[in-house]
Amino acid sequence: MKSRIGTVFRKEVLDNFRDRRSLMSALFFGPLFGPFLFAIMISFALDKHVSEVDEPLQLPVSGAENAPNLIAFLERSNTEIVKIEADLDSARIKVRDGEHDLALIIPAGFGENFSVGQPAVVRLVSDSANNNTAKDVRRARALLDAYQRRMGMLRLQARGLNPTTVMPVIVEDVDVSTPTGRSVILLGMMTYFVIFSMLMGGLYLAIDTTAGERERGSLEPLLTLPVPRSDLIIGKILATCVYMITSLAVTLLAFSVSLQFVPLEELGMTANFGPSVVIRIFLLMLPFALLGAALMTCVASFTKSYKEAQTYLTVVMLVPTLPILFAAIRTVKPDLSYMMVPSLSQHLIITDLMKAEPIPLAYPLVSMGSTLLLGLLLTALAARLYKREGILG
Amino acid sequence: MIEAGALSKSFGSVRALKDITFSAADGRITGLLGPNGAGKSTTLRILYTVLRPDTGRASVDGHDVVSDSLAARRSIGVLPHGAGLYPHLTARENITYYGRMHGIGNSALGRRVDELIALLDIGEFADRRAKGFSQGQRTKVALARALVHQPRNLLLDEPTNGLDVMATRALREMILRLRDTGICILFSSHVMQEVAALCDDIVIVGHGRVVAAGKPDAIRRQTGKSTLEEAFVAAIGTEEGLE
Repeated sequence: MKSRIGTVFRKEVLDNFRDRRSLMSALFFGPLFGPFLFAIMISFALDKHVSEVDEPLQLPVSGAENAPNLIAFLERSNTEIVKIEADLDSARIKVRDGEHDLALIIPAGFGENFSVGQPAVVRLVSDSANNNTAKDVRRARALLDAYQRRMGMLRLQARGLNPTTVMPVIVEDVDVSTPTGRSVILLGMMTYFVIFSMLMGGLYLAIDTTAGERERGSLEPLLTLPVPRSDLIIGKILATCVYMITSLAVTLLAFSVSLQFVPLEELGMTANFGPSVVIRIFLLMLPFALLGAALMTCVASFTKSYKEAQTYLTVVMLVPTLPILFAAIRTVKPDLSYMMVPSLSQHLIITDLMKAEPIPLAYPLVSMGSTLLLGLLLTALAARLYKREGILG
Repeated sequence: MIEAGALSKSFGSVRALKDITFSAADGRITGLLGPNGAGKSTTLRILYTVLRPDTGRASVDGHDVVSDSLAARRSIGVLPHGAGLYPHLTARENITYYGRMHGIGNSALGRRVDELIALLDIGEFADRRAKGFSQGQRTKVALARALVHQPRNLLLDEPTNGLDVMATRALREMILRLRDTGICILFSSHVMQEVAALCDDIVIVGHGRVVAAGKPDAIRRQTGKSTLEEAFVAAIGTEEGLE
């Protein structure tokens, strides 16, 4: 007898297509949520980053006329002086109440002390409990330190001393993070968004295959048809794959559009997301559709109702994050043995693809092969589970 | 022709069936009568192959329901308890899907579906999605679906449950018409009056066993009672199922 897989497949694709609610979540909310959130997060990070460098520092100063030299230095260093009238006590209150973010108080005796070589005191009033102003305080302090160092050196030189005599130790910062390295965490999230939207795309159908059919009472008559149960489950899993793959395509498309509007380079990131990378990511993720569909179908077959299945599958959706989290925490470098681990292998390869790093051909082959194999095993398991009497609930 | 021999089935520690033996002949309506929980549904589920008996054998037109279940399934049409339709498919698509699953070719299937739609008076809602159907409409479509491959045997599990008076009458007439085409009809019910009105043969089931079987007259004689109602009570030992 001819296989009925095709009949089941066509019916499931049509049936799910007509369910507007599941279609919306499969092809709209799932795939667009990730790219949207991603773009917002990057824009936010970008905003913060840019403002820290370029925006002039607003610095309320009381007694600016006491130190014209210092004020001139600050103004040259991208600081906007806001003149205020305050003594220490009133400045304290103004900063505490949030009228000013911080305040610099230059006492009347500043110039006098300065000119005779005595330590001249300025007071920087700030609220260290207020995180929002911490950045400005840090900048102001750095500028004041720089001014102090410069004056100190000038004085030493004036006395014929080499300024380095008072610098027994010099600390040099060596930052090994490369522009692309910094983007890894954000890009790692992208892999998860892709996986998440794929799972969302197949969620409803996977539930419908067992719990849904049972709940509406259509499972029992279905099982009395002269069709092997393995044909039923394979047709349904394939239909689930179609929705997952469609969802994958929509997600990648949405990412490639949204990333064009985000100037990643300004963040020191480079994300290679041209058409050839998108196509390679698409191909790499294909076997994951079967794995995800079969996994969700297996889990759903143990549940008693649609609601219960949804609850369990929400947990299943988190499972693929674990390897990605592991990779992020341990800063895992791609390795052939990692390519055996679904989700982790896709994550590592996608990250390298976007960093435009060379990838040995064996990596994607092993990743796709192992994912496909696990998918086939889970499909076989789903078919076995479908043959149990308990499937009727 | 349906035959069940010494069927038993347990679910965990619950012995649902202990010893079920009966046969249902072609061209006759056989009623499986018994109170709720007597084992009617379990018996039918074994006959339509979704459960396996622990012991005993059953066959449909000579096809064993365990060892030759695909052939047995080809010979039966089934209307399970509370048969569900696919809500996003129309009545016609629901019926057509089952026809395709039986391997009926497209042109023959189109004719057959039209025939069933006329026969079961589905025309008015044939091309509407099943989502908002009444119980009566759903039952009609489910019955059409069960008949799409012209089965020689029809199994119905409490088909009149949830139907109003008119729908029940229509279903009874339909069952009688089908009987006259010579097919074997086996249906379960816990309502004695319904079985009495419709069935040529009655199998009374209680506590997982067949307690009486035969034509209504034979059952009355068997139990020594003058009415079927008294015979039923005598056989089951309770008044459950009398309305």
